[in-house]
Amino acid sequence: MKQIDNTNPPVTDRRLIQAASLSSAGFLAAILGNWLIPQISDGVKLADYALGPLRLDMNGFYRIVLLAVMLTFLLGGVRARLDSRRRPGYVRQAPFRFVLGLALLLYDILGTKLQLTPQPFFPGPAQILESFLMEGSYIGKNLLYSLRLFGAGFIAGILLGVVTGVLIGWFPKVRYWAYPVLKISGVIPAVAWMPFALTLFPTPFAAAVFLLVITSWFPVASQTAFGIQSVSRVHLEAARTLGGGTAFQVFRVAIPSASPQIFTGITTACASSFTCLVIAEMMGQPGGLGYYINVVKVWSAYYKVFAAILLMAVLFSLILAVIGVLRDYVLRWQKGVIK
Amino acid sequence: MTDGILLDIQHVSRVYPDGQNGQAEGITALQDVSLTVGRGEFVSLLGPSGCGKTTLLRLLAGLDTPQGGQLLLNGQSINGTSPQRGYVFQQGGLFPWWTVEQNIAAGLKARHVYRREKARVAEFLELVGLQDFADAYPHQISGGMAQRAAIARSLINDPEVLLLDEPMGALDSFTRADLQDKLLELQRVSGTTMILVTHDIDEAVYLSDRIAIMTPRPGRISEVVTVPTEKPRQRSSQAFTSLRGELLEKFHLASQTPLPEYAI
Repeated sequence: MKQIDNTNPPVTDRRLIQAASLSSAGFLAAILGNWLIPQISDGVKLADYALGPLRLDMNGFYRIVLLAVMLTFLLGGVRARLDSRRRPGYVRQAPFRFVLGLALLLYDILGTKLQLTPQPFFPGPAQILESFLMEGSYIGKNLLYSLRLFGAGFIAGILLGVVTGVLIGWFPKVRYWAYPVLKISGVIPAVAWMPFALTLFPTPFAAAVFLLVITSWFPVASQTAFGIQSVSRVHLEAARTLGGGTAFQVFRVAIPSASPQIFTGITTACASSFTCLVIAEMMGQPGGLGYYINVVKVWSAYYKVFAAILLMAVLFSLILAVIGVLRDYVLRWQKGVIK
Repeated sequence: MTDGILLDIQHVSRVYPDGQNGQAEGITALQDVSLTVGRGEFVSLLGPSGCGKTTLLRLLAGLDTPQGGQLLLNGQSINGTSPQRGYVFQQGGLFPWWTVEQNIAAGLKARHVYRREKARVAEFLELVGLQDFADAYPHQISGGMAQRAAIARSLINDPEVLLLDEPMGALDSFTRADLQDKLLELQRVSGTTMILVTHDIDEAVYLSDRIAIMTPRPGRISEVVTVPTEKPRQRSSQAFTSLRGELLEKFHLASQTPLPEYAI
């Protein structure tokens, strides 16, 4: 049942070594460039920070990060060596990784070394990473606040969305009364409720959770309702002839059958919840990455803004990846049907 | 004789009112249909499309209700679905989110007896020869395997009667012949009464003890033919071909104009 891709010739060890070299070459150039090219512009002050047992400046930290990425690429090469299914992808990514390294080198020279980019709006990569050296624990605290807020609101919204979606999809009476409400309230951007939420809820955290709940609730509820309504009649009739009552039909037939649509709703909800999260944090939260951006921009510390944006990119990608893994597991019965 | 009667269909009619069933005007799917089926019998409902054979099967399953007449199982009026009356759909009846094994276990779960009777799942997997595909999902197996799994899924409930809605309709002729033999074997082993909807004369002659010939507009049973030869039957035997010819003839007689699909 394994899908064998026989359109491409197998990747030899030689090609693999070439790909690994190419992947790391760009980053190696970025490391050497940062290390060997002197600081030319005098707009940059190099301060030392303690990182564990190390004392280093922003360039040292930047090189460590570059080295870590490069080692990840090499580790990927080792995994591709052991698992031939990973090989074509690894080889395909090599040119991109090479150019990415060169782009970072160029960006480092223009941004930090020469400061030819408009300052302070476009700081160099090492300067952006310096934010983590300066106030890593403060950023971490805000990151955790964002995560907590997102987790609480998003998960509650999904649960509520699935429950209302199933009710709307299954019971025609509920659909008649609740569906128009869902349709109207769904098009309102959740942040429009912000002033109302802030007065109604005892804490800003609870208010933001409320906004996230309605943001994620709508796509999940409407997709779930759609999925439940499009359950195959044959499957429901099969369940009935096997002796399945309403509970069996809903929980063992309708919900599994609607699970692809439920996951579509969750993915959509996730994207809009990121937006809602950041806006909510910018508009009256005592913490979070959005709040952090608000605080640091007052001081024109744009490198810190970029640091927060970078962190958001990593965090949100990770959340999407986790949802993807979960979806692939739940929908494993679909493999081959879709894709 | 009454002891042997399992199913009693008495003057059943089913009319789809205007606009239902995709029709502009009312359609009489079944008009005054009566039939009795004995315990352990294999009866085919044979006829062209639109003759109401699937409607009759759905009434027996309790998936539909008649407007007139009544249907009795063991003297009890049929009212709604029941695991006593298993139903095998033409295709796509398996739940795609469950493996073959989980599909076969579905009836046990639906009746809340799974924990007690789990062991039977392996038994039924083996009965239909799918023990090596227990963990496969429906999209990973062939159409013939899927229908065997669907049959096992119904039989695990020990139904009084198994209703088969053209289960071989979507299969190629080799798989079809294979499944027909499997069906005969299953009936011999389990003794389950089977009612098969089909528009394939050969299939009806090969499998049935009796064949109810149905004609359309309005849907009714025009004649019930008893197949005299013992099972298993030879498809090329004299008795087989002559009965086959006889049935073809009946379809010409039963309808004013020859139906194109049976015209030679």
